[in-house]
Amino acid sequence: MSNVFSLLLARETRLLFRRPAELANPLVFFAIVIALFPLAVGPQTQLLQSLSPGLVWVAALLAVLLSLDGLFRSDFEDGSLEQWVLSPHPLPLLVLAKVLAHWLFSGLALVLLAPLLALMLGLPGRCLPVLLFSLLLGTPVLSLLGAVGAALTVGLKRGGLLLALLILPLYIPVLILGSGALQASLQGLPTLGHLLWLASLTALAVTLTPFAIAAGLKISVGE
Amino acid sequence: MLFERLDLRLEAGQMLQVSGPNGSGKTSLLRLLAGLMQPTAGEIRWQGRTLSEQRAEVSRNLLWLGHAAGIKGLLTAEENLAWLCALHQPAERAAIWQALEAVGLRGFEDVPCHTLSAGQQRRVGLARLYLPAPPLWILDEPFTALDKAAVAQLEAHLAEHCRQGGLVVLTTHHSLALKPDGYRELDLGQRSL
Amino acid sequence: MNWTWFHKWGSPKWFYEMSGRWLPWLSVAAVLLMAVGLAWGLAFAPPDYQQGNSFRIIYIHVPAAFLAQSVYVMLAIAGLVGLVWKMKLADVALQQAAPIGAWMTVIALLTGAIWGKPTWGTYWVWDARLTSMLILLFLYFGVIALGQAITNRDSAAKACAVLALVGVVNIPIIKYSVDWWNTLHQPATFSVVAKPAMPFEMWMPLLLMVLGFYCFFGAVLLLRMRLEVLKREARASWVKAEVRMQVEKGL
Repeated sequence: MSNVFSLLLARETRLLFRRPAELANPLVFFAIVIALFPLAVGPQTQLLQSLSPGLVWVAALLAVLLSLDGLFRSDFEDGSLEQWVLSPHPLPLLVLAKVLAHWLFSGLALVLLAPLLALMLGLPGRCLPVLLFSLLLGTPVLSLLGAVGAALTVGLKRGGLLLALLILPLYIPVLILGSGALQASLQGLPTLGHLLWLASLTALAVTLTPFAIAAGLKISVGE
Repeated sequence: MLFERLDLRLEAGQMLQVSGPNGSGKTSLLRLLAGLMQPTAGEIRWQGRTLSEQRAEVSRNLLWLGHAAGIKGLLTAEENLAWLCALHQPAERAAIWQALEAVGLRGFEDVPCHTLSAGQQRRVGLARLYLPAPPLWILDEPFTALDKAAVAQLEAHLAEHCRQGGLVVLTTHHSLALKPDGYRELDLGQRSL
Repeated sequence: MNWTWFHKWGSPKWFYEMSGRWLPWLSVAAVLLMAVGLAWGLAFAPPDYQQGNSFRIIYIHVPAAFLAQSVYVMLAIAGLVGLVWKMKLADVALQQAAPIGAWMTVIALLTGAIWGKPTWGTYWVWDARLTSMLILLFLYFGVIALGQAITNRDSAAKACAVLALVGVVNIPIIKYSVDWWNTLHQPATFSVVAKPAMPFEMWMPLLLMVLGFYCFFGAVLLLRMRLEVLKREARASWVKAEVRMQVEKGL
């Protein structure tokens, strides 16, 4: 069983690396969204610094959401999902591997890119560990919750906008906790509480969402 | 509502060809049998128990080949087969190469599938039938895009599977030249909807 | 046309007959409760010592907000029943209740904003309750949009059920995180509901209004479900007979 998990992880990795451009797209999107804000609100350092926790988090959230639209689409179209649903292995385990692979190469890359963009917005260097930790704990939740929406909308021709409509409200706790942690760190307040809450959300999402994703895929495949 | 008063029972060694015009519900019937769709009414049983009671048991015994066979264009034929087999029982590399040779894809083992023709991609999917496979095969239009020789070869292979105690359910528009002993046909076109 | 809709709970025909019997009672109860509650609340309850007469909007706002939240929980319960026991009536209930819940959320938001003007001096503040309500409205939109987007009726119902279940697990988390966010950012806003106990003359009409809203919801839900059952069963003979009878009555 764990064998299938690692095989699927390897297969997904291979697939992702044969389309490197698609890996880069969310990252470029992330960078562009961040670059839009100084252009929109003005380049005052003070203002940008005080806004930066929120900006980084909103941009990261949108980038994850964007990258998830196609998560199951090609598997749905080429019949792979049918094979997964009909395999003797538990579907929640398979989807967990799939989302993990996706997170490793898009979520994690986002986490690594974020400090650079945050510095450009004027976030002081002492806040970077909190930024990294909060994104590290928060982006898996974003990926998992988004995968639920991707699974439910995979059979639809134009699922992208609907996916955003379904999933963005569910992202709010992560957004509040993540940007809250960063805000607290910016003001020199303790952040452990935020991070622990984020960690418990991660644990909750890893435990529960695979079942919802599997149920969503079964519905979409069974249509 | 697709079918009414449909009652059939299949034994090991039999082959069921589901035929009928477009839209008569061939694919839906196959998807119901495989457990991809749930019947609104009625029951489907495998060895006496309903499908939903024993999902894992049924999936261990079932090989499903749909319109789309789950072949990834970015992966090579070998990688595709290795993964599809791993979903049921992992296969050795040598066995995969043998299977690819059996479907006439020698020399294409490590070519990304999107460079193959439609018929060749179909053969990659069909190569699963030449690997150690579960006994129940449900095949939706397996002959699409195949040339004459390949069709004849596949027919022979399906008949052989039935002779060895396997069970085949398939849809196709052409009439099979080679019918095994346990051959049956279900024509959905002659049934009122 | 043979519908094995319900394994456990009667038939569509049975539901149609039963709901036809409940409907008048529910409607009468809703009208009576709301009429008494409104008259009492608007005309006879004493004005609030701080807010004067503007507080009277709670007789609409609070019941609508109550209902908005409990309807979402009801969606999730209906979804669970539909998924686990494959009861089609639960699917109907889920999809027919969602728009009512969304409207209740809109009413709660609108009355909240109107109430905000005399209280805070502005129609909208990012108060925890209002923000949570706004998010709840988005959650309703999600369920409705998903149900509309999927053409296959059974798949749509199942997908909505999964979404409602995910949503209902999330609602407490959203609520707590929004409350927390609010205390961090706006510690000093005037809290509307956390007040010393209301006198009897104030909360009794509120209770009547809440009950009245629930009865109203029940009646509207039954009406919508009956219509949907008729649509789904349009080919069944009892539906044809029923429609013929209604048409003749109308003429």
